[in-house]
Amino acid sequence: MSTISSTTTVAPRKKRLSPRKRAQRFRIVQYAVLVLAVVLAVLTIDGRQLQQVFFRPDLIVQTIGPELGSAFLNTIIYTAGAFILGLVLGTVLALMKLSQVGPYRWLATIYTEFFRGIPAIIVLLAFSLMGVAFPGFSFPFDPYGAVWVALGMVSAAYMSETIRAGIQAVPKGQIEAARSLGMSPGMSMQRIVLPQAFRIVTPPLTNELVLLTKDSSLVYVIGLFASGYELTKFGRNLANSYANITPLVVAGLCYLVITLPLTYLVRRMETKQRKATR
Amino acid sequence: MTVSEVMPTGNREDEIQIYDLHKSFGDLEVLTGITTTIHRGEVVCIIGPSGSGKSTLLRCVNLLEQPTKGRIFILNEEITDPDADVDRLRTQMGMVFQSFNLFPHLTALQNCSIALVRVQKKDPEEAKRIAQENLEKVGLGDRGHSYPAQMSGGQQQRVAIARALSMDPEMMLFDEPTSALDPELVGDVLSVMRDLADGGMTMMVVTHEMAFAREVADRVLFMDGGVIVEEGSPEEVIGNPKEDRTRTFLSRVLDPTHVHAGDEDTAYAKRHRTAPDHDGDGTLPPGVGFHSTPGAG
Repeated sequence: MSTISSTTTVAPRKKRLSPRKRAQRFRIVQYAVLVLAVVLAVLTIDGRQLQQVFFRPDLIVQTIGPELGSAFLNTIIYTAGAFILGLVLGTVLALMKLSQVGPYRWLATIYTEFFRGIPAIIVLLAFSLMGVAFPGFSFPFDPYGAVWVALGMVSAAYMSETIRAGIQAVPKGQIEAARSLGMSPGMSMQRIVLPQAFRIVTPPLTNELVLLTKDSSLVYVIGLFASGYELTKFGRNLANSYANITPLVVAGLCYLVITLPLTYLVRRMETKQRKATR
Repeated sequence: MTVSEVMPTGNREDEIQIYDLHKSFGDLEVLTGITTTIHRGEVVCIIGPSGSGKSTLLRCVNLLEQPTKGRIFILNEEITDPDADVDRLRTQMGMVFQSFNLFPHLTALQNCSIALVRVQKKDPEEAKRIAQENLEKVGLGDRGHSYPAQMSGGQQQRVAIARALSMDPEMMLFDEPTSALDPELVGDVLSVMRDLADGGMTMMVVTHEMAFAREVADRVLFMDGGVIVEEGSPEEVIGNPKEDRTRTFLSRVLDPTHVHAGDEDTAYAKRHRTAPDHDGDGTLPPGVGFHSTPGAG
């Protein structure tokens, strides 16, 4: 009898767990680690201290005001202008890369590799000194012009690759059908290929817009009047004068107001496209 | 007489004149000397095994492929001339593709009217009216506001025909118009083409539909290895071929009227309007039943 009981109690232990059981145990472990991390955080972090450094209520109140609104607006203006310029220039570069003429392809490739390879902040600094390099020269819509051109030229390098891929994703039969109806190559590109290509690349281009929104913060390196401040510059200035980072945290959260809806939009567009192509 | 000395006949009836047409892709010679004339109102079906150059011939006629050698005259104007106004000549030739190639970002109506507005510079309202007329001609007058993705393959191909017809072309080129369709949708497209032929349209049709060629064609060209092997009336070429190569091809596509009834392969071919994949033992592949239409539904 003892032999029987020993086999019945020992045998199941040695048996390997079923996959479902193992997955369940793994989930339990994950929850346990999470709970442990939270408990540790609560025990070790001094909430007061944290608030004093990052979220001082009086400074939050100080930060929020018409100037924050103007900085928010400036961020949008810098970004939008650079995006439009980048889109136009990126499309031209994409068409150059697909050109039959060799030198156009080379120029576009050199441009792309150059501006993708150097930090945007250096391009921005260089363009802000154009007035010094060429006496008498100044970008229109100062200070916006220089920023638009600098950030636009950098983002054009990225966008041109995306747009080129989009154009190449349009089936060859579309051009053949357009040409067989008597459309010229230019008209086929403009009326048939590009509208389809831009539909394909709208999600990645919106992602580019999100990146550009954040890159507009680089504007803080160039000299600006207060009217030209965007979120980061505005936040930094306040942070410096109060010797506290709270204003910069508030400014940082303001970026989310712009970027979160955009990323949500991208996700929706991608879902829609996946459904349409299925 | 060398090709360079060839002159167009000047006869208005000779709508497409092809002289010694050659086309190579790299080292691969696809067309090796095609000479023929398509007359006004004539329906010419081009048949032949795959790789014989049928589609390339058709695509050379409206210069979607640049011929390596030879000359082509459309309405007595040389389209192969480097100075030719190719875009204008193309508006005289409607082209229908195997894969439809409708513009997916435009509705059926816009597909038919865009070239009228952009190329022929017609008033948008007038263009819309013409487009609607042609959609009705192919039996899709009520689908003008549908996008291609919302239509079946057969409907898309009929819109493609309406799109080509909207330009009011002198002639129509069909490149295997029913090859990409589910078998049950082939009939609608063929009946539209039959109506066109009856209406006196000049047509060049690359096809595998032997029944259609037999019934509608005025002349059949059998191509193989980049040349026209045999041409003549459908009765001559399909009914009573002289050349061995033609006979071999026709026995492969198993013209249903040529094989005695009761043969399983014949029944298969009738249902599918194409040849079964011959494995040599004369039996059907397992699982082939009466309603085995792949991709249907």
